[in-house]
Amino acid sequence: MNAVTVHNLSVDLDRVPVLREVSCAVQAAGWLALIGPNGAGKTTLLRAVAGLLPHRGTIQVGHADLGTLRGRGRARLIAYVPQVPVLPPDMTVGEYVLLGRTPHLGYLGSAGRRDREKAAEASDRLDVTRFESRRLGRLSGGERQRVLLARALAQEPRVLLLDEPTNDLDIGHQQQVLELVDDLRRSQGVTVLSTLHDLTQAGQYAGELALLHAGRIEAAGPAAAVLTEELIARVYAARVTVTTGPDGRPVVTPVREPSTGYPDAP
Amino acid sequence: MNVGGPRHPGRRIARAYGVAAAFLVAATLVGTLVGAADLNPLATVAALCDRIPFVHLRSSLSALDRAVLFQIRLPRVVLGLMVGGLLAVAGAGYQGVFRNPLVDSGMLGASAGAGLGATLAIAYLSHEGPAAVPVAAFVGSLAGVAIAYLAGAVGGSGPATLLLAGVAVGLFLAGVQTFIMQRSTQDLQQVYYWLLGSLSGATWQQAAEILPYAAVSVTILIAHGRHLDVLSVGDDEARSLGLNPKRVRLIVIAACALAAASAVAVSGLIGFVGIVVPHMVRRLAGTSYRTVLPLSLLAGAGFLVLADTLARTVVAPAELPIGVVTALAGSPVFVWILRSTSAVRT
Repeated sequence: MNAVTVHNLSVDLDRVPVLREVSCAVQAAGWLALIGPNGAGKTTLLRAVAGLLPHRGTIQVGHADLGTLRGRGRARLIAYVPQVPVLPPDMTVGEYVLLGRTPHLGYLGSAGRRDREKAAEASDRLDVTRFESRRLGRLSGGERQRVLLARALAQEPRVLLLDEPTNDLDIGHQQQVLELVDDLRRSQGVTVLSTLHDLTQAGQYAGELALLHAGRIEAAGPAAAVLTEELIARVYAARVTVTTGPDGRPVVTPVREPSTGYPDAP
Repeated sequence: MNVGGPRHPGRRIARAYGVAAAFLVAATLVGTLVGAADLNPLATVAALCDRIPFVHLRSSLSALDRAVLFQIRLPRVVLGLMVGGLLAVAGAGYQGVFRNPLVDSGMLGASAGAGLGATLAIAYLSHEGPAAVPVAAFVGSLAGVAIAYLAGAVGGSGPATLLLAGVAVGLFLAGVQTFIMQRSTQDLQQVYYWLLGSLSGATWQQAAEILPYAAVSVTILIAHGRHLDVLSVGDDEARSLGLNPKRVRLIVIAACALAAASAVAVSGLIGFVGIVVPHMVRRLAGTSYRTVLPLSLLAGAGFLVLADTLARTVVAPAELPIGVVTALAGSPVFVWILRSTSAVRT
């Protein structure tokens, strides 16, 4: 069954069409990575699924149409982590993770014992409990990403929307975060829809890829079908070679034109 | 597993409540005992306790001292508590809505609207008696915020747009006020006196009149502390957490406007309380609006009673305008806060 089904989705931002009749779907507990050059519409697609943008077409989460869900109901199904989240620098990690319980509280309610337990579970799961009294302004990049995921997990969502979860991280922390997300997907059955810049990583972690270009889906499917030299050259205007890695997944390597020369070898 | 959240946050907050409550009681006592008429402290406390139901204490206070205590000093202290609490809690609420620590209770055209209302009443409604001024200030303050909100909503819904619209509306209303003052120079002194704020005419009736507005606005604000915490992560994420930022903003702004208008109506314009007090509270108890709002209410109440006590004693038998005292005491404190905080985060 599909956890998220997007059908004929069109979005205009400031009257400029950004997405044109996009259709895609993610299986329950699957991972769909949105790839494509800057400005292709990846973030817009995520924000539309998060219910943050007016759109035409339909977005279904499970059996529910997104348009029929309101505020809290939608937030209990979908957690969204933006590429550049607003983190109040003086808020503590513990307080921030507890914000994830917001959709489960009544309008005038406050976090109860069960909410604190769920937030603590999420903190434990992402190993942020030991610095939960630290302020958000004092976190390293890797810690920040784990705290964001803990807040999203405290929401107990069925779908996790991640906009560039590896943004600003070194390669080791990138892998760590992607492994964590994959682990949440496997162990909690969370469906993941994310944008990813690194094509090789997208192929390694996501079950399916959708390549966006100028507001349309150019190609979609398993990594081997989408990550081809021809497609990447056309969509990104980039020179790459695609080889097969030891895990059987495609490896995308940037190539420099020989005529422009390389720095002299030592 | 640590279910209690961060290490000892509860203890820190409990301590902050203790400090604020002690400060409030101390300020109330100082405000009640210090003044032109020398009241015997023990007899005064006995006379006060005698008014508590089921408590009967004999006080040696003379009839005249009793009159001073219950008809002059106490109403002024109580009104000071209310005005200070309202200004501080309104300032904190606005700071939450705009995610900006430098916003004050007089923002969004509230002070300018009140000033214009009071000036109009002083210049053109003097035949109605002095009662017209607070009503006009109250209406003017609310109208100022309403105009700023509508003007801001036209340009978009973001907090920055709203704040800028508030600045524009405030400048416009202040311009109109200056124009009226120029045309009726005989009223200048009275307008200036009102603009600088004073509690010198405090009566029980004033306190009773603003009580309903104060109660409603404070209840609404304190109930929205959690929502302001959610709003602090930005509109997009607040929405993705199921909150309606526009609605929360409208409710909190309306409550802040009501609180500030009630305070302004009986006291004139008193600056700085709405900025300084919430900042002190944050340093003491952290940044969650669930604690910042109620603590600002307590600390603001105590702060203003102390400021008013200074205002009426420093140059006795004359009085300083309370706005002068809060500005003179508030500005250095504010600079000290800025210096000792690593950076102003907006």
